[in-house]
Amino acid sequence: MLETLRLRYFQGNQFIKDIENAPMRKQFRGFPVLNPNEDASACEGVCPTGALNLNPLSIDMGKCTFCGACARACKAVEFTNGYKLASTDREKLVVTPDMTYEDYQKTAVEVRDEIHRIFGHSLKLRQVSAAGCNGCEMELNACSNVNFDMGRFGIDFVASPRHADGIVITGPISENMAYALEDCYKSTPDPKIVILCGACAISGGVFQNAGKLNREFLEKYPIDLYIPGCPVHPLTFINAVLSFIKK
Amino acid sequence: MNWIITENNKPINLYDIPCLNINDLRSEIINLDKRVVGFFGQKVSDGVKLFVVMADDSEGKLYVSSAHFASGEKSYESLTQTIPAFHMFEREFFEDFGIEPLHHPWLKPVRDHKKEYPFFEIEGEEIHQVGVGPIHAGVIEPGHFRFMCNGEKVYDLEIRLGYQSRGVEELFISSPSNQLAESVCGDSVIAYNLAYSKAIEALEGIEVSNRAQIIRTIALEMERAAIHIGDLGAIAGDTAYLMGASIFGATRTLVINTMLEICGSRFGRGLITVGGVNYDIDEELSAGMLKTFDKVVKDVKRTTETMLKSPTVISRLERTGVVSQEQAKSLGLVGMAAKASGIGLDTRFDFPDKWYAEFEDKKFKATGDVYSRTRVRYKEIMQSFHIIRKLLAKLPEYKNEPLCVSQNAKSADKFVVSMTEGWRGEVIHTVITDNNGNISRYKIKDPSFNNWYGLAIAVRNNGISDFPLCNKSFNLSYCGNDL
Ligand code: SF4
Ligand code: SF4
Repeated sequence: MLETLRLRYFQGNQFIKDIENAPMRKQFRGFPVLNPNEDASACEGVCPTGALNLNPLSIDMGKCTFCGACARACKAVEFTNGYKLASTDREKLVVTPDMTYEDYQKTAVEVRDEIHRIFGHSLKLRQVSAAGCNGCEMELNACSNVNFDMGRFGIDFVASPRHADGIVITGPISENMAYALEDCYKSTPDPKIVILCGACAISGGVFQNAGKLNREFLEKYPIDLYIPGCPVHPLTFINAVLSFIKK
Repeated sequence: MNWIITENNKPINLYDIPCLNINDLRSEIINLDKRVVGFFGQKVSDGVKLFVVMADDSEGKLYVSSAHFASGEKSYESLTQTIPAFHMFEREFFEDFGIEPLHHPWLKPVRDHKKEYPFFEIEGEEIHQVGVGPIHAGVIEPGHFRFMCNGEKVYDLEIRLGYQSRGVEELFISSPSNQLAESVCGDSVIAYNLAYSKAIEALEGIEVSNRAQIIRTIALEMERAAIHIGDLGAIAGDTAYLMGASIFGATRTLVINTMLEICGSRFGRGLITVGGVNYDIDEELSAGMLKTFDKVVKDVKRTTETMLKSPTVISRLERTGVVSQEQAKSLGLVGMAAKASGIGLDTRFDFPDKWYAEFEDKKFKATGDVYSRTRVRYKEIMQSFHIIRKLLAKLPEYKNEPLCVSQNAKSADKFVVSMTEGWRGEVIHTVITDNNGNISRYKIKDPSFNNWYGLAIAVRNNGISDFPLCNKSFNLSYCGNDL
């Protein structure tokens, strides 16, 4: 027991105090900025997901894996370490030239009164993993570790959809998960929200042309929040949810 | 000759592979007495070709052969009835090509969900079933677990997978890329991308610089250490040793954030490319890494040793979820789980790799239980940081070498086996090219493909409440299995 307490002493406090302004390492590939004056022709064919469009120049963060191949190939694309990438609007994930990270954040998440009223102080989520790679899942698990400690904001992952206020989907949704996903959604009591987490969930990502997907769910039900990434960084996820449920 | 002998990452001519009739191949396999690492089909114009790759782990050699099934040939005598380690391979081959291994004791679907799954059932007044999943526990990949219990005691567990099946192997034919390789199994980004890149480099006949090779190897060991540390945290969490869960969690963060400093991704995405690496480790970064890893090693050591002295922890780990050496061998378990049961398989040391040559895999006292799998992880964490330290010291020697060399076209009609030891065990990518040098077959075998059945065996006769602990001690991949 004493030794365990000694461990506690050596460890100190690990949590990030100010999540909304947490510093991010400069190497992180976050919000992309595009410079139309640079020649982008060397980027032709490097993008594995079709996120990068050359004519006119744009990057769809809903498809982007943030692999950085385009930025390494030409000067027209540069990645900032901006990690607040989420939007309530699928279309807004498309970044166009001269759009700055600050501009993007101003309009990306539409704040709704009723969302704040119902979920503002407590939001319980059931995560559904549907044919991704376990990368997004590992980062969602990290949201609850001692560093990020998401629970302090009243946001938690729960075991049963019946205890949840919404679901978080990762992965491109395989045929074999389509039924379970819909079942889970139906088992979640109203009112509920749906969050798509990661390039796979939003657009199919690198798996968009895979033969065993079934993405009908996304046409049938409304989506409330899109969180880009591959995988989604814990700071991206927590800030996305916080900005969505705030006043 | 009935076999062609090759090595890891050494391409052979497709048409040099002997092609036998299946009955002859079957007896050859039985007589050869080596370990199966590949058993898969490919559609050819007049039927199906079955390829077999057997490993000689003591010599570091691979034995390859094949058999041809004409269109009308729909069955053969199963190998599983003689060598149980074939059981998953034959099920997969049957599911993909419809050729039935006769007298297979357990011929059930692998990934296909079109048919009702025939669960094994035990009947009796006191017996009850517990079904869990596909959506289960916390934030975790989907799978279905069917327990046959008597009270708390598990008599049998059957695991049904396939929920994560996307059709990855086909994508490697239509649009292969490093990004795709990194996304097959995202907890083994480096291992998968290495297996892919090395296979393609072998087919292109290009030689990666020493500098790039060292950076790759460091990344592979960082991935191993980070996951093992995280899993020690998960094991601590499941034994309600919360101090351990917290500290291991925070310590893992240090390792993956270092990975982010190298390449911009906590899991090493974007680091490795065909031809080398995209990012360097310069002297400043290297010095920072050494400092961070010193702290990591110290914290892991202190925490593990304190944790493993705690009677409440030990009583949960010891004699829980035992897989005997005999079981592990006959079922063909690999990697970390096999080591914990006393079978020392590790492709880093068993197959020639110049960066591992100076290190040896020390003997490990295996007991086959959760405790043993915990100790293996602890041992491997320490070993990985030892290797990393040595390799970082070597980097300056190769300072002037390029990070990445340019690519060639892939040579035509080749067959190459690429094995990388991920943290779970051997990640094997086998690639076949057609007469234009395009990929015509891409076969992936994750260590989980061998080891899921080991988990099912481990929980037999244990309390059902120990299942989560057993599960964490293996931490197998769903997506790597389902593909
Ligand atoms: S970073 Fe995004 S846009 Fe650029 S190549 Fe990768 S996936 Fe495409
Ligand atoms: S978005 Fe990327 S990290 Fe997330 S599940 Fe898909 S491939 Fe994996």
